[in-house]
Amino acid sequence: MTVTVLIVDDSKLARIVTGKKLAALQPEWRRLEASNADEAMAMVRESPVDVALVDYNMPGRNGLELAAELRALWPTMPIAVTTANVQDEIIANTRAVNAVFVAKPVTEEGLSSFVAGAALRLRMPS
Amino acid sequence: MTGGSVELDELERDALTELVNIGVSRAAASLRKMVGEQVLLSVPSVEIVSRAVAASLIGEREIEELVAVRQDFSGAFSGRALLIFPHANSLELVHAVLGDAVGADELPSMEEEALAETGNIILNGCLATMANMLRQPLVMSLPVVLRGDSPHLFEVIAEFGSSGPVLFLYINFSVRERDIRGYIAMLMDLPSLEALKLLINRFIAHVMDDDVNNAI
Repeated sequence: MTVTVLIVDDSKLARIVTGKKLAALQPEWRRLEASNADEAMAMVRESPVDVALVDYNMPGRNGLELAAELRALWPTMPIAVTTANVQDEIIANTRAVNAVFVAKPVTEEGLSSFVAGAALRLRMPS
Repeated sequence: MTGGSVELDELERDALTELVNIGVSRAAASLRKMVGEQVLLSVPSVEIVSRAVAASLIGEREIEELVAVRQDFSGAFSGRALLIFPHANSLELVHAVLGDAVGADELPSMEEEALAETGNIILNGCLATMANMLRQPLVMSLPVVLRGDSPHLFEVIAEFGSSGPVLFLYINFSVRERDIRGYIAMLMDLPSLEALKLLINRFIAHVMDDDVNNAI
């Protein structure tokens, strides 16, 4: 089964960077991109994805709101929230929707434990 | 001058906005530690506009007296960074930063210093992150606290750098649970923008390079 991962970020550069780091860790994963929460929701409703990486600070709904919506639809989907905004509330809210906090700028190292955990999760029966 | 036609293409603007976003997000996390409450940020706005428009983008929305902490920065590119908020908010901000350690009667005497230090931490945090990511050191001036109405603020913007349009960046911030809100603004003139454009392109090339793992 091909794993499909959705990268949501209003910055195209940030999507490219995240995509490259992800490709280095999991070259087989198929990568999709959305630039805001509405676009992301439209895409996943059309065709569900296995993993989501969402930026926090975006125009429209922020990444935590999007993560909560995704979580409501897919209780076990691996979701990461990416941001440089390391405030306690944002980290706590990320955990509250059972998502993983990944610090920006995104690095291969910073992504690796989330990606390894996601790969493991996807191999387990849900 | 070539008539001031430095423009940023879509990816350059995108990269600059993302750099500012990361810088401001880190600065917000520092402010959160100082005030003990969550700090909310808007998405940064990046525009190349005339000085009059830059001044009006903030001034027109505020009819009250304003307080601004100003810090100039210089290096490969230079500019002016401002932390701006309504005067009515400033004592609340000072109170949030100092907590109960200082009595209400002492607050006004501490105001100037606390504002300068808060501005210093936020503006320095933001600029230092950007400088690190662009791999170019910036020298920051000491913070200066300014007071006045919008026209006065306009002067601060109008007198800055060489003539012509400016790169104007701004972000709204507010402190949840407290009546504190304001703006972080950054101004750069065209010679700086040309230098910045080169650095942004180097940065983009760098992060696009597969051989570099920890570029961004």
